[in-house]
Amino acid sequence: MSKILVPTRRELLKAGAASVLAMPFVSRAWAAVTEINMLAWYGHGEPDVVAEFEAANNVKFKPKYYAGGDNMLALIAQSPPGTYDVILSDAEFVQQLNAAGYIEELNAADYPFDDMVHEDFKKFPGHWKDGKLYSVMVRFGLLGVSYNTKAVSDAEAESYKCFWKPELKGKVGHFDWHLPNLGQLSLYNGNGKNLWNLDKGQWDKLKATAKTLRPQVGGFFDYGGTFNGLKTGEMLAMAGIGDWITGVLERDGAPVKSVIPKEGGIQFTESYSIGKGTPKAAIVKKFIQYMLSPEGQVKSANMAAYPANIVTNKGRKALQDKNPKEAKRSNQVDGSPLDPVKLIKDGRIQYRDIPKQQSLEDWNDFWQEYKSAS
Amino acid sequence: MNGQKARRTDWYAISWRIPLIVWQGLFFIGPLVFMVAMSFFVVKNYRMEAAFDVGNWVKTLGRPIFWDSYFLTLRLAFGATILTTLAAFPASFFLSFHASETFRRWAVFFLIIPFFTSYLVRIFAWQVILAQQGVINAGFSIFGLGPYTMLNTMFGTLVGYLTLCLPLAIILQTFALNGVDRRLVEAAHNLGCGRFHTIFAVILPLAKTGFVVAAVFCFILSFGDFVAPYYLGGSKPPTLSIMIIDTSKSGQQWPRAAVVALMMIVTLMVVAFSAIGYAYRRRR
Repeated sequence: MSKILVPTRRELLKAGAASVLAMPFVSRAWAAVTEINMLAWYGHGEPDVVAEFEAANNVKFKPKYYAGGDNMLALIAQSPPGTYDVILSDAEFVQQLNAAGYIEELNAADYPFDDMVHEDFKKFPGHWKDGKLYSVMVRFGLLGVSYNTKAVSDAEAESYKCFWKPELKGKVGHFDWHLPNLGQLSLYNGNGKNLWNLDKGQWDKLKATAKTLRPQVGGFFDYGGTFNGLKTGEMLAMAGIGDWITGVLERDGAPVKSVIPKEGGIQFTESYSIGKGTPKAAIVKKFIQYMLSPEGQVKSANMAAYPANIVTNKGRKALQDKNPKEAKRSNQVDGSPLDPVKLIKDGRIQYRDIPKQQSLEDWNDFWQEYKSAS
Repeated sequence: MNGQKARRTDWYAISWRIPLIVWQGLFFIGPLVFMVAMSFFVVKNYRMEAAFDVGNWVKTLGRPIFWDSYFLTLRLAFGATILTTLAAFPASFFLSFHASETFRRWAVFFLIIPFFTSYLVRIFAWQVILAQQGVINAGFSIFGLGPYTMLNTMFGTLVGYLTLCLPLAIILQTFALNGVDRRLVEAAHNLGCGRFHTIFAVILPLAKTGFVVAAVFCFILSFGDFVAPYYLGGSKPPTLSIMIIDTSKSGQQWPRAAVVALMMIVTLMVVAFSAIGYAYRRRR
């Protein structure tokens, strides 16, 4: 016959007291999981990038994703101060984040500026103001001609002119954001390093050029649509993007790739900042340092959502050691004629910026007109 | 005593009305009033600031692309409504007049099932089906035809609208037809009215209200839909819903987006009230 365990009043009180005494430890353990609110492009807060950091530091990322710098600024402007602890921004929007007082000043000594793959990255435009650092570049990518290799030859892809190829009528897609697309057309018009600084005549010419391309256009897509369009062959060439999308497809064996044409390409630059007023600045700083470490840089280069190039020499070496296939695919190997760093040094790459003589609204208004045109 | 009774009845009726009034007030009237106010706000450095500035209305309504987009959206929504109504009718007629009770019950169940799945997921499935290397073109290629471009066209947009509206239209039309007095149909036949003529002379006039309500639903859903024109139409050219997205995501121009949204709401109200007025006109 089994004995029924009935606790005595003394035992019950003892157990209760023990539970109460243990409560602070339990609650302390729970409290130790710090939630980090991240504002970023899609993919940056996903497990393939942040899981190891989360496990090692007992933190949990809560990402809010955006598409496009205007969208990022709109989101942050709508949120109460301190909503986002860490902000990944396109470099050209850092100055606006700073001007609006959304980001904290950083200490340059905390980050490996001496190890950057290019001299420009140490004092990247917009990241510094009055000698103070506000944002640190963590990755970059190049935008050029993205194409289906069965429909466009490598020689044709050497110029943006291939977008006007008669066989591509209705098969040229646009990533639905005015800045990279109009920037590329500005390069096609021969504006070179002044691609963002257009006077009225150059701006009118750019609009005219765009209108001649419109009959070729098969659609305007977000990230998913751009990806699907190229994957299914529905779009055979795409403006406004680069290896950050074709790289994902190329890894899966799709016949697509991106090149920098003779007119030049555009660099997108992604940089981390610490949100103004966050009480989690210390752990966010640690995270940014992690993303700039060789380990973090390799994770960034291999990011499942979209690949990008490494900004530190040690990171580049780590990628070559750990994933030589990806290093080769992305030309991040010394001696490659298509090495992104070499392309920048050769002057073939312009950093993405915002319009200098027109407002973003002017560019966006024209983009809407362009989309509506037939 | 009578007065007391009447008061008690009033409280009972009011208690049933209150949730609806509160709900509509909180989630329709309140946001609508705010949106009207917001359409006069100004944006400075990506921040909205309360103001009374008619500039948003002048700028938005003064742009030819707004009107291009407006009439395109109107045409597409009317087209989708007519197509859906026509495509739904044979099915609803069969279900109401010829299918057994059991079959009808199962059919309605299967018509409801699509609503269990996200509309966006269904639209992405259509991308696979309509693509140049998709299922339909693969079928055409067996007969040496195609490939035809269906994705990123107005045809694609209409396919999306039908995906959204057709099951609902069939259900509403079926219920409307179920309410048609069969004795009147038999009387028409007895008086020598042919089967085809009976549909137009007897059945449709009797089921008019249900058909108009179904059509109004199609119009409302199509007019405001963002997913189909973006993902199946390639945003080419953009409809008003896409214009709202474009306007709001660039430069935080929510006030201008509010102007577009208010124009859409006004249009929907005019169409809906006109249609409902037409539907009930004879009965008055």
